[in-house]
Amino acid sequence: MKFLSRFYIGLILFFLYAPVLVMIVFSFNSSSSVWVFEEFSTKWYLGLLSDSTMLTALKHTLIIAVLSALISTVLGTAAAVGIMAIRNKLANRLIMGATNIPMMNADIVTGISLMLLFIFIGKLFGMTESLGFATVLIAHITFNLPYVILSVMPKLKQTDANLHEAALDLGCTPVKAFFKVILPSISTGIMTGMIMAFTLSLDDFVISYFTCGHYQTLPIIIYNMTKKSVTPDTYALSTLIFIVIFVLLIFYNMISSKNEAKTTKRRV
Amino acid sequence: MKKILSLLLSICLCFWLCGCEYAYKYFDLDLKANYSQELKGTTLTVYNWGEYISDGSDQTIDVNAEFERLTGIKVNYLTFESNETMYSQIKSGGVTYDIIIPSDYMIERLIKENELREIDTKKLSNYNLIDQKYKNIFFDPQNKYSVPFSVGMVGIIYNAAQVSQDIPNSWSVLWDEKYKDKTLNFNNPRDAFMTAQMYLGLDLNSTNKNDWDKAANLLKKGKDNLQSYVMDEVYGKMETGEAAIAPYYAGDYLTMYDTNQDLRFFYPQEGTNIFIDSVCIPKSCKNYEAALMYINFLLEPEIATANAEYIGYASPNKAVVNNPDYCYYENEILYPNQKDIPKVQYYHDIPDDVRMYYEMLWCDVKLH
Repeated sequence: MKFLSRFYIGLILFFLYAPVLVMIVFSFNSSSSVWVFEEFSTKWYLGLLSDSTMLTALKHTLIIAVLSALISTVLGTAAAVGIMAIRNKLANRLIMGATNIPMMNADIVTGISLMLLFIFIGKLFGMTESLGFATVLIAHITFNLPYVILSVMPKLKQTDANLHEAALDLGCTPVKAFFKVILPSISTGIMTGMIMAFTLSLDDFVISYFTCGHYQTLPIIIYNMTKKSVTPDTYALSTLIFIVIFVLLIFYNMISSKNEAKTTKRRV
Repeated sequence: MKKILSLLLSICLCFWLCGCEYAYKYFDLDLKANYSQELKGTTLTVYNWGEYISDGSDQTIDVNAEFERLTGIKVNYLTFESNETMYSQIKSGGVTYDIIIPSDYMIERLIKENELREIDTKKLSNYNLIDQKYKNIFFDPQNKYSVPFSVGMVGIIYNAAQVSQDIPNSWSVLWDEKYKDKTLNFNNPRDAFMTAQMYLGLDLNSTNKNDWDKAANLLKKGKDNLQSYVMDEVYGKMETGEAAIAPYYAGDYLTMYDTNQDLRFFYPQEGTNIFIDSVCIPKSCKNYEAALMYINFLLEPEIATANAEYIGYASPNKAVVNNPDYCYYENEILYPNQKDIPKVQYYHDIPDDVRMYYEMLWCDVKLH
């Protein structure tokens, strides 16, 4: 039985990671073919450094991902705190429902409607160039928000509501009480939300496709290669992104488990 | 919390810095025209097909970087994957472009809809390098709106290790039961219908719905023989030998041949489709003088050669074709001899009702 369950887990992991492994292997292929492995070489990694189209797109993607993750984390956390403070149950439920809709909504609907909105507003102000950096950023913040709210909310519910009042009793100003008491206790939720927002923004294609205008991000550039074949430097780049995120997650888990150990010790 | 945040940010920063460190060595170009710095600081937005310009990979010329260094104009380079995407972007009204590079039938439509601005070819000192046979084509009879950039023809690629050498030079191979489950076809209506229309000897731009019915029936009949409809998957399937026969562009065959030397190519005797992708300036262009400069730069022999070598399609530029150092110099597939040139037909812009009709037929074929 134990063997079976292990085998099952192994199988799941295999199917999850096999595609990535294949991609990593082919990023070291010497030929430009993306199907036949010839010999080991790192030329695609070196070539990547001189591929200006890809690098610009990567820069765009990272700027958007970092900015939208940060902004939506701040906005989302504030929203979650605000929603928690609403005592009226009906209003509370309505607002939660409204924030959840963008998450359930099909990306294509969100994308097209945002595009129309941006163009409409642009025309209203007589702009010929309404789509661009600002619109992708707004679009990404829009679809990131519900995920941040959703990961901060449960943490807020877990924290004792009396903590905030206790802090006020002990002489904190409301702002200070928030930063000293509430924020530390929901920090893991905020982190999860931020990482989620970052990764969602990193690989979004559909919404960016409709709202980017001149600000093309990496997924769009890769999609545009499909008339001819996708080159292996795409694999090299994807491998690098995968490794960075992998390392990031390991660090994150290490630090959070260390923190947890610390807090349990303190409690003991 | 702070530690994690700083870690996250520093990793992003590293990534960013790698992104900025651009390892390109500029070339010592030998240019025919003079380029001034008078438009320095302005921006030029170029909207082109994906992977359709020499970009500095593998020690090639980075065309946009060279242009930026030469003129001080910042090139904002964007890509698309189909004429239709480009068209919908132009029409959306939310973005403007200074240069676009669509194909023949799309140029015809854009001219009809008054979306293109005239190009003052007198100001293009390198314009005389364009081969006469690519001028005055149906979509732009007076050469007012477009400057040819790249041309190509569709042919049939086959694997000599799997298919006997006496394969007929005809579209019939796609319907031959000998090659059951070994053939591929285009996964887009216009090109897939083209293979059937050519085989039947029909006009590619017919407005007679019966003609499209006939082609659709033939495609349906051929579906049992077909392995699958593909676009860029054709590279993998042909290079690994998973499929043995596929219609695709001559230039892409040359790329596939580099990995699999068993592959062969021919232009079917019934004729085939030819395309021209040309540089145009849309009406919304905001930097017309810079756009002209860019077009003239693309026509420079050295730049055009770099582009032709990178893309792999035929060049309409005489300075490229006659350059003995060009890697496809006198290549018989890209530049067939006079007697081997197949009969060719262009795609024209098709009236909406016919287009809708064949798109419906295409769904039928796919569901068959």
